[in-house]
Amino acid sequence: MSGNYLPDGVPSPHPTQDDYPFWDYCKEHELRIQQCAACNTFRHPPRPVCGECGHFTWNWTAVSGLGTVFSYTIINHSVHPALKESLPYNVAVVLLDGVGDVRLVSNVIDAAPEQMRIGLPVELVWQDLPDGMALPRFRKGGAA
Amino acid sequence: MTESVNRPQRAAFADRTSIVGIGESEYTRWGGIKDRSEYQLCLEAITRAAADAGIDVKDIDGFCSYGYERHEPVQVQVALGIPEMRFSNLVWGAGGGACAGAVMNAALAVHAGICKYVVVYRSICQGQYERYGHYRERPAGGQYMAPFGLMSPAQMVALTFRRHMHVYGSTAEQLSHVALACREHALRNPRAVRYGQPLTLEQHRSARVIADPFRLHDCCLETDGACALIVTSNERARDGRAPPVRILAAAQASNKGWGLGPMGSHNMPIEDYPSVNSKALARALFDMAGIAPKDIDCAQIYDAFTGIVIMALEDFGICAPGEGGPFVAAGNLLWPHGKLPSNTSGGLLSEGYVHGLNLVTEGVRQMRGTSTSQVADARTCLVTSGGAQAHKSALILAN
Ligand SMILES: [Zn+2]
Repeated sequence: MSGNYLPDGVPSPHPTQDDYPFWDYCKEHELRIQQCAACNTFRHPPRPVCGECGHFTWNWTAVSGLGTVFSYTIINHSVHPALKESLPYNVAVVLLDGVGDVRLVSNVIDAAPEQMRIGLPVELVWQDLPDGMALPRFRKGGAA
Repeated sequence: MTESVNRPQRAAFADRTSIVGIGESEYTRWGGIKDRSEYQLCLEAITRAAADAGIDVKDIDGFCSYGYERHEPVQVQVALGIPEMRFSNLVWGAGGGACAGAVMNAALAVHAGICKYVVVYRSICQGQYERYGHYRERPAGGQYMAPFGLMSPAQMVALTFRRHMHVYGSTAEQLSHVALACREHALRNPRAVRYGQPLTLEQHRSARVIADPFRLHDCCLETDGACALIVTSNERARDGRAPPVRILAAAQASNKGWGLGPMGSHNMPIEDYPSVNSKALARALFDMAGIAPKDIDCAQIYDAFTGIVIMALEDFGICAPGEGGPFVAAGNLLWPHGKLPSNTSGGLLSEGYVHGLNLVTEGVRQMRGTSTSQVADARTCLVTSGGAQAHKSALILAN
């Protein structure tokens, strides 16, 4: 058992030519978001061109890992065999601090269903998967 | 917000084409149809639509579909002995958001003079293939959802509606009024999967939670069935067997920054998040129709999940932002006395889930005057398409 928020049988990310650096940084436990090298706009998920200025050059900018819950749901019905014993679990959309409006779909690993709320401050934690991948998840953070 | 440079003011094909035939198989719970294949249901629906239109099925010369339709036009053509296929089109996108878009493309092919009779079809046997409520691998964007347990459309839309509750104060209690209106209409429709199965407020509110705030009856059916309809020019439509139903307007749209929207990483614009991404679509649609939301007499609103209906009422201008919940809670979707009787066949929640195309056939029945919950003197019907899929489409039908 991994001790992760969700069990090992849940599908793992399959990086693509467009987003493998994002996931490679995850494996190093670094959360980096793609940022246009010309106009500094952040974007996620990774894609090859800036929709604001049209430039095809970018940097991978490290972020603080702090954020707030932007929306969430508590899932009580499993749609994948690996999750049958994990109910209920939460899925949160986390708005990251300092990178414009970039959000990550993730989980708040230490929040009971009744503790979930929009605006809840959270901070990044890493959970390693057996295939070498690592997932950015969150735990309840300090006051906001 | 900037206006699209391609805003289709009075598009040239506005009110030039009509739906002249509809055909359907029976609708059952997933797994309910075992004696015939999904392919056969598709062919039966098309054959019935042609008969309803009063044309020979061999007169069909164009084919439009969307989503995960499995039966490509050449397979349909060879089975039905259709001599020549002149147009074939599948709208992009994973879901029902492309449904009205397929009707739009049929209208375009007719208006452009390419085709005489275009069939729009969708065949879906969730018992013979996969259930839509289960996990499916999503090659685009899936790695930002599935590893975190975000796997089904109900879960994806639960996130946008939870935000709607936060921003506008809408409530889980309001959702029950959408489910109950659809069920009331299904009780009058013998084709409906939920025919003969009343639903009470108490049953709705005590049902198990699927993805909070959505409970069981907030989520659409998983169905076996097929639907088809025939589009032709207004001129040819006059010679048809059934009264023609005019396609006053048809549009597809997605707003800036949506990407895959709820079926992706949920990075759509913050101010637009608690919506169904249909504001630009509604502008294009009503501009094309030359009418306003207040001129709509009845509606078939894509109801894969109850929360979509509340957000769609706001996006399409039927209600102001935040007023969708109170509007449905006041009984306004209910036939016959609601302000906008909607989903009058029972919708995707209670008639069946044929990926939205059964909402178009019900819109046609309303305009013909043959619905089982017929809105008196209805002249216009809004049909919307799409739930979790970002790309949306819609129609305004008229008689
Ligand atoms: Zn840029």
